[in-house]
Amino acid sequence: MESTIVKAVNYNSYFGDNHVVKNVSIDIPRNNVIAVMGPSGCGKTTFLRGINRMHELIPGATAKGQIFLNGEDVMEMHPIFVRLKIGMVFQRPNPFPNLSIYDNVIAGYKLNGIKLPKAERDRIVEHSLTRVALWNEVKDSLTKKGTFLSGGQQQRLCIARAVAMEPEVLLFDEPTSALDPISTSTVEELFHELKKNYTLIIVTHNMQQAARVSDKTAFFYLGELVEYDETKQMFTNPRDTRTQNYITGRFS
Amino acid sequence: MSTRIKYRIGKSTAFQALTVVLSASCVIPLLAILFYIIKAGITKINWSFITNVEKPVGEMGGGVAHALLGSIIIILMAALIAVPIGIMVGIYLGENKTSKLAYWSRLSVDILQGVPSIVIGIVAYIWMVKPFGYSAISGSIALSIMMLPIVVRSTEETLKLLPDSLREAAYALGMPFHRVILKVIVPCGISGILSGVMLSVARIAGETAPLLFTAFGCQFLSADIRKPMETLPHVVFKYAISPYNEWKELAWGASLILLLWVLLLNIITKVITRKWKVQL
Repeated sequence: MESTIVKAVNYNSYFGDNHVVKNVSIDIPRNNVIAVMGPSGCGKTTFLRGINRMHELIPGATAKGQIFLNGEDVMEMHPIFVRLKIGMVFQRPNPFPNLSIYDNVIAGYKLNGIKLPKAERDRIVEHSLTRVALWNEVKDSLTKKGTFLSGGQQQRLCIARAVAMEPEVLLFDEPTSALDPISTSTVEELFHELKKNYTLIIVTHNMQQAARVSDKTAFFYLGELVEYDETKQMFTNPRDTRTQNYITGRFS
Repeated sequence: MSTRIKYRIGKSTAFQALTVVLSASCVIPLLAILFYIIKAGITKINWSFITNVEKPVGEMGGGVAHALLGSIIIILMAALIAVPIGIMVGIYLGENKTSKLAYWSRLSVDILQGVPSIVIGIVAYIWMVKPFGYSAISGSIALSIMMLPIVVRSTEETLKLLPDSLREAAYALGMPFHRVILKVIVPCGISGILSGVMLSVARIAGETAPLLFTAFGCQFLSADIRKPMETLPHVVFKYAISPYNEWKELAWGASLILLLWVLLLNIITKVITRKWKVQL
């Protein structure tokens, strides 16, 4: 029995007069990996950034419609609470350059002024780094700066930073597009582990990645949600001709 | 090789040589000033010069202790006023690139930077000296107005150089605006902000004009900010235009101290920018 965790109802977003995401309604089941794919400029990243209210940080950006998290409308909630419950990982690894690896992991607590006992902090750091398969690589250099790590390690550090807050949903905005193939496969393996505890929504430009990692796939085209289905179904037997044209490589 | 190509290579070489020669010649005025002031001032500087105050004309061994103390107090007070305001305004301008308020305040700050220092002195005179009389604090206010644009613009430029991905990382963790700024943005740009502060201090350390009719000057060691106070640039001015030879000698010594001070501030700035720079 799947239960819906994130639900969008007639969601629209705009940059000024530019209508970027058009009337999207989607149900996202708990503990699943959802891939959001589509050609450049189709509104997939904008939609993703709407879920945790990051969209509105851009001057001139507005949104209409509803997005529910566990039945609560995030558009009505304070963005700070939304972002504590919905973590995000970006296209380029962006660890805080002024903080150590250790502090980067607990940045969500430390920088928000949430005081924790040392033992608790140590536990969170070890637990989060273990989850992203980084603990063994960095456990002897926790005091070094986060930017000291390689790109793939930095991205896993950023995932650990999001995981440390124990959110319900993790958003990934093309998380591997700046990484080499080996780091990419490490991160992809993580998705299978992470979905046991979280719901993952992954925007990807890469169809193979969507096919490899996701349970369900949403295909966006020109701001519309064209098709949303089980990944297997979508890649073997797409219902919409636009989806078919996209996955057979007629356009990208 | 055709003459045409030879001619072009020659032109290119000449142009390059010109940039090199002119760049090298930039250091000549500085070296000349340093050489001249050190030569004339070094013999004046000794312990009693730094620890004694002004002596009446004819008496030997006057010093600049009162001016040194006064300069330090007045500059510190000016910094206390200008630095917090300047950094806050810089944060606003750096974070709000397009708002109307940002446009107008950026414009005002730019114009303020171009206002002659003597005019700023007159404004401080009308605000502070007319109602309350000559005082060190009025001098500090005049100098703080001069510092403000430098602090604002250097803070703004520093924040603008920080990548948006840094802000996004902080916002995505549910951080409120003030924490994003104070815990992430300012610490990452601290070297740029501090070097702006140091440069603004170096800039006002030698200002004389706004102090002429605000801090006014005095002969005694004084730390009372409600009373007139002596400063290094003013003491140079006073001694240099005096008709007495002993005083003229003292002006050279005071100039050297002033110059060393500004030089030191610039060196500290360089060190700060290098040491505290956060590698992005």
